[in-house]
Amino acid sequence: MSSRDKILAAIKNNQPDQRDLPAVTPPGTGEFSGLSRQFIEVLEGIGGRAYIVSGFHRIATILKEQYTDTHRIVSTCPELSALAEISQHYEDPHTLENVGLVVLEAHFAVAENGACWITEEKMIERALPFIAQDLALVIRRKDIVPTMYEAYERIAGAEYGFGVFIAGPSKTADIEQSLVLGAHGPKSMTVFLLDEEMSDAGFY
Amino acid sequence: MRVGLFIPCYVDQLYPQVAIATLHLLEKYGCDVDYPADQTCCGQPMANSGFEHLTQGCNDLFIKNFAAYDYIVCPSGSCTLHIKDHLHGDADIPKKIYELVEFLTDILKVENIEASFPHKVGLHQSCHGQRGLKLAQMTELMAPPFSKPEQLLKMVKGIQLIDLARKDECCGFGGTFCVAEAAVSVKMGKDRVADHLHHGAEYITGADMSCLMHLEGILRRQKSPVQVKHIAEILDSKE
Amino acid sequence: MSKQDHAALADEFNKDEPRVDWHDQTLWFVREKRDKAAQKVPEWEWLRDTASKIKDNVLSNLSEYLTLFEEQAIRNGIVVHWAADAKAHNDIVYSLLKKHGIDRMVKSKSMLTEECHLNEYLKEQGIDVVDTDLGERVVQLAGEPPSHIVLPCIHKKKEEIGEIFHEHLGTPAGNADPQFLTHAARLHLREKFLTRRAALTGVNFAIAETGEFVVCTNEGNADMGAHLADIHIACMGIEKLIPQRKHLGIFLRLLTRSATGQPITTYSSHFKRPRPGQEMHIVIVDNGRSVQLGRKDFRNSLKCIRCAACFNTCPVYRRSGGHSYHTAVAGPIGSILSPNLDMKQYSDLPFASTLCGSCSNVCPVKIDIHEQLYKWRQVIVQEGYAPAGKKLAMKAMNWVLSNPSVYHTAGKAGRWFMLNAPFTVNNGLNPWWKGRDMPEVPRESFGQWYKKNRK
Repeated sequence: MSSRDKILAAIKNNQPDQRDLPAVTPPGTGEFSGLSRQFIEVLEGIGGRAYIVSGFHRIATILKEQYTDTHRIVSTCPELSALAEISQHYEDPHTLENVGLVVLEAHFAVAENGACWITEEKMIERALPFIAQDLALVIRRKDIVPTMYEAYERIAGAEYGFGVFIAGPSKTADIEQSLVLGAHGPKSMTVFLLDEEMSDAGFY
Repeated sequence: MRVGLFIPCYVDQLYPQVAIATLHLLEKYGCDVDYPADQTCCGQPMANSGFEHLTQGCNDLFIKNFAAYDYIVCPSGSCTLHIKDHLHGDADIPKKIYELVEFLTDILKVENIEASFPHKVGLHQSCHGQRGLKLAQMTELMAPPFSKPEQLLKMVKGIQLIDLARKDECCGFGGTFCVAEAAVSVKMGKDRVADHLHHGAEYITGADMSCLMHLEGILRRQKSPVQVKHIAEILDSKE
Repeated sequence: MSKQDHAALADEFNKDEPRVDWHDQTLWFVREKRDKAAQKVPEWEWLRDTASKIKDNVLSNLSEYLTLFEEQAIRNGIVVHWAADAKAHNDIVYSLLKKHGIDRMVKSKSMLTEECHLNEYLKEQGIDVVDTDLGERVVQLAGEPPSHIVLPCIHKKKEEIGEIFHEHLGTPAGNADPQFLTHAARLHLREKFLTRRAALTGVNFAIAETGEFVVCTNEGNADMGAHLADIHIACMGIEKLIPQRKHLGIFLRLLTRSATGQPITTYSSHFKRPRPGQEMHIVIVDNGRSVQLGRKDFRNSLKCIRCAACFNTCPVYRRSGGHSYHTAVAGPIGSILSPNLDMKQYSDLPFASTLCGSCSNVCPVKIDIHEQLYKWRQVIVQEGYAPAGKKLAMKAMNWVLSNPSVYHTAGKAGRWFMLNAPFTVNNGLNPWWKGRDMPEVPRESFGQWYKKNRK
């Protein structure tokens, strides 16, 4: 008998009687309001920042202001081609080592924890959102769900090779519980909430 | 109602005044109280040390002494919990045994206590009473607060209950833990005492004399004037 | 039992009281952060209950879920390996590295590899392993095991870490600023990520339905390793399975709030397929878990999601330090998991508790930890691992307490107690006296008083 079969047989032999799966729909009203406000507050609480913007021209303006010294900016957003390199493919992820800022469109955000869901096809290379010194994600403002319950309802059976919830900059508190932003991944995370009905001056 | 008074062995031997106060309280609220003379111990010290299999004698003795009463009341959350969880051979006893505080609040529904104790008092929540018998809400749970001991203490004239930084941290007594792991036990006790002292306690009270005996040992070692008093003593106090 | 048991190691730890205070307060701070995070979720207790029930279902269908997971993972292009014990696990990892001619590897946090002593084993085979979690890197450089499963170097002061970095990474002597030290580690480890062809990660959750697995980190070290390496090896215990993707919506809400008080880890990475050109391997490890599954009283310990909330709340852990548990997974959960691995060596751990029950209350999957500690004590005594002196003392105590006439004649009030009570049972050096005064012996017992005053 193979190791696999032996292990499975031992488990089968020792597993308890059938217990049914519980429902995963949370109790309560399911009414949520002010999702973008909650998302921004939570994201700021975990060291990120957010802007509600009317379009990519605003994103470009903000990025230009904030990343004056950043040499290499990579993005999947063609609207940002004036300041970023727009590529569909890299032969070797190691060549991304000197990326300063990466700007990616993500699928949706979660209000309760400040996380954004992004899958492989939106990140060019899996390493990109991690290896860059700074990270910016773009999300439609309407694409904010209240909790992780709705998040997985939304992901459902979606097909992906790799997907990740990113909530704030890379961080550690391993040294005496002192919070330090920028452990191995990006030192900052900016989320742009795209709302075309916003006036350009608006920041909630 | 016929109440069998169950006095933990160490209270019988070392803190008779706690048992007397308990008896007074029960009598005051009209209980027909009886103290079976042949009682010894619930068996917890052995069981918690891994020797539950040796406790048959204590178990049988307990049944013999207490099976006949309507209620069994004990001024210790820990001993009460042990009987509730581990007594075998009598299905009724675990249902009719009560720790003193919960007996006063839940069965006798006491709403008025003619006692006065004009002092600053810190309440030590013993783990078995609190987390085992649910005498008070536990800080770990996200649920509405309540406290049966506080509910009673607040009826005492002149008493000033102090706040604590850690409302329900264990004192470190833990039965044989107090000697088997003496270093950690003493340190836990010192930290508990420090929390009470820091908040100005003149007395430390609680529903379990074992925890208080441990804290008393530390207070005395520190030559502190602060004293421990079982909650029954305060509820029976006329200062 | 190992050379020194928990009590002896805890005694040692307590010789530096200010350090104990510091350790206690640092971890209590984490417990408080957990409380604050949980308070913000109105359905917190429902989440715990649901998570616990999902894990009940997992344990009752574990062989089926593992089979399904394997099937899906293979379909996704992942190579699946099975290891019956620690040695098999280590051999599989080594053979994969050897096959690719790799002699150095980066590793993100995996308590399973600690349990299997993988680093030591690979070192013997000439493989250089770099732990990339900052805390784990610190203890690795210090030549110590982690003292906490989430905060591996929580027992170290920043000045000590500054010294370690000075010695190994060449940072300026005397610099103990966490920001500075973290940045130094970032540069040091970035070079490793960029040059290592193999990356090993742990697994937080494996999903039977889809064959994917989820790895949670704050630092991004699992991702930096895995996405830059040619070969990604993920090691998991059999109990990491959950049935469906949607169940992550329960567990990810609980895990980090319980662990550190964050609403979620910075990265919750879902690995489903290797990236083009990459090899992805999963090593599924039993190492005693199937035995634990068969122990009715202890199988719930396999529900553990390794959040360490029970460590942070444990008044004993906070005052004895992780190393006093002399095992890979310390704290209350370690004390109920370890005796299954080696009952003799870990026979002291279930006794390293006051049974206060706080651990069970913070546990996000509602493991009855303190009740299992009590039950392990019974098993350990029954199996003959109790010290002989203790056995005699317990028998003597029981004889007195089972016989009212003996109890009453054992001496006048209090005397028998002063000699034999639970708190002085190990008499000899009387450990009670070491830190506490003895109670005063009253003139008469309550029994004597009652006879005079009521009957």
